[in-house]
Amino acid sequence: MDYLTTIFHEVYKILFLLIPVLVSVAMIVWLDRRVWAFVQKRQGPNVVGPFGLLQSLADALKYIFKEIIIPASSNKVIFILAPIITMTLALIAWAVIPFSNNQVLADINVGILYIFAVSSLGVYGIIMGGWASNSKYPFLGSIRSAAQMVSYEVSIGIIIINVLLCVGSLNLNDIVLAQEKMWFVIPLFPMFVIYFISALAETNRPPFDLPEAEAELVAGYQTEYSGMMYAMFWLGEYANILLMCALGSILFLGGWLSPIEIYPFNLIPGAIWLIFKILFLFLLFALVKAIVPRYRYDQLMRLGWKIFLPFSLIYVVLTASYLFYFNLLPTI
Amino acid sequence: MIAHSIFFYFFSIIAIISAIMVTASKNTVHSVFFLILDFISISCLFIMIGAEFLGMIMLIVYVGAVAVLFLFVVMMLNVAQQKNQWFASKSSSKHIPVGLIISAIIFFELIIVVGGWKYKPNLVETNNFSKINEISNTHLLGQVLYTDYIHIFQISGMILLIAMIGAIVLTYRQREGVKKQSYIKQISRERSEGVEVLEVSSNKGVKIDD
Repeated sequence: MDYLTTIFHEVYKILFLLIPVLVSVAMIVWLDRRVWAFVQKRQGPNVVGPFGLLQSLADALKYIFKEIIIPASSNKVIFILAPIITMTLALIAWAVIPFSNNQVLADINVGILYIFAVSSLGVYGIIMGGWASNSKYPFLGSIRSAAQMVSYEVSIGIIIINVLLCVGSLNLNDIVLAQEKMWFVIPLFPMFVIYFISALAETNRPPFDLPEAEAELVAGYQTEYSGMMYAMFWLGEYANILLMCALGSILFLGGWLSPIEIYPFNLIPGAIWLIFKILFLFLLFALVKAIVPRYRYDQLMRLGWKIFLPFSLIYVVLTASYLFYFNLLPTI
Repeated sequence: MIAHSIFFYFFSIIAIISAIMVTASKNTVHSVFFLILDFISISCLFIMIGAEFLGMIMLIVYVGAVAVLFLFVVMMLNVAQQKNQWFASKSSSKHIPVGLIISAIIFFELIIVVGGWKYKPNLVETNNFSKINEISNTHLLGQVLYTDYIHIFQISGMILLIAMIGAIVLTYRQREGVKKQSYIKQISRERSEGVEVLEVSSNKGVKIDD
């Protein structure tokens, strides 16, 4: 009986996390399209519901009622598995994100490694989708995407090492608490910029959306997908973007910490601050999508391997020597 | 404790079955996917015995990077089309006894190693492991790795670096007639070089030399 109560309690907590994440993914798609439209002096989706807020729900409904077409020459098991994997991986990573000092589903020792591992698994959904479609464009798109995500993971890993040097723990809550005096965005500002750009590449957002570059590859790895399976790719992609924004705000913008530690701001719960920071980062993502033209593939690779990787490596050495010289290295 | 053993058997059965399927499945790409499943379930087993750092690093390095390269190679070579004709064809059947002998040797070696292993009588209460309860797995690993085993650590890093350089040297070849784009040239191009205003007299036109 005791066991059952624990399970029910956990399921309740998981649902309490997952449903807001899914709803906010739907809202964020609307926000993305809206910002994109405003930059280009258009209106964007504004018909369904107030300010067009229900547009994503209408889209989702449309996707649900469309037929799922599975190509005859495709590898059916893997073809169906691919969107499921993308979506699951995008959602399970939220388990370790701390929303306040004790509001976290799984407060594990290696939280940051867990997120890094899950986001490095995310490439499989895309490779599997592209390969199983058994078609030229999806395959090209998935190969591009895999190379791109693996390359930018390296630089994200080294940026995370920079932060970990200042914290001395792999726990996400410890990382947030270490920023009580100063957010890491101030001493590690160059790393924040590189993290932001690498996150764009990692989530296949414009200007690095080469896997689905519509002018060259139709829709990349999603070309053969339709109906609900396409919607799952789409949901997984946006959940991943939100996750990257959350990780960015935890690593550099102080997570759930309030920016000003004076009276009226203390009362606002940490989760609200975290949501504000995530929205701020997402707004930057949306603006970049609207403003910057797409990169060429060789430029993308050059940026990742020849500029970001050496620069962040040098910054690791700098951070470590600074902390060592001034005796600021964190103790256990 | 019951839940613990249920999960242990769950992950180990998946690990064993997927390891068998790596060799048994007919499609090569499926083999790689089973290999990935094997890696994942083994890293779950690592996490279950409390080595969370090792488990996560296994996921990141093997599943996130190495297996992606495996998949690349398998997909690019198009070996998936060949199915599994290795056993069927007459010409390659003479390889089978050699393979069997090698696998038997490896099997006996494993038996010798595992059988001759001396386990400590009480693993948790020995001096080396008493620290585990106080500080986390990762901290402990870092303390040992960068002090007692620093030379071995550095040497393994050097070996990996040499392997990387070797791979680059082996595959790099300079080809003639490859068009290369210089970024500095492209970016530093200005209007005065690109555009020219000419007086065009009627009925004569202009001669543009490139």
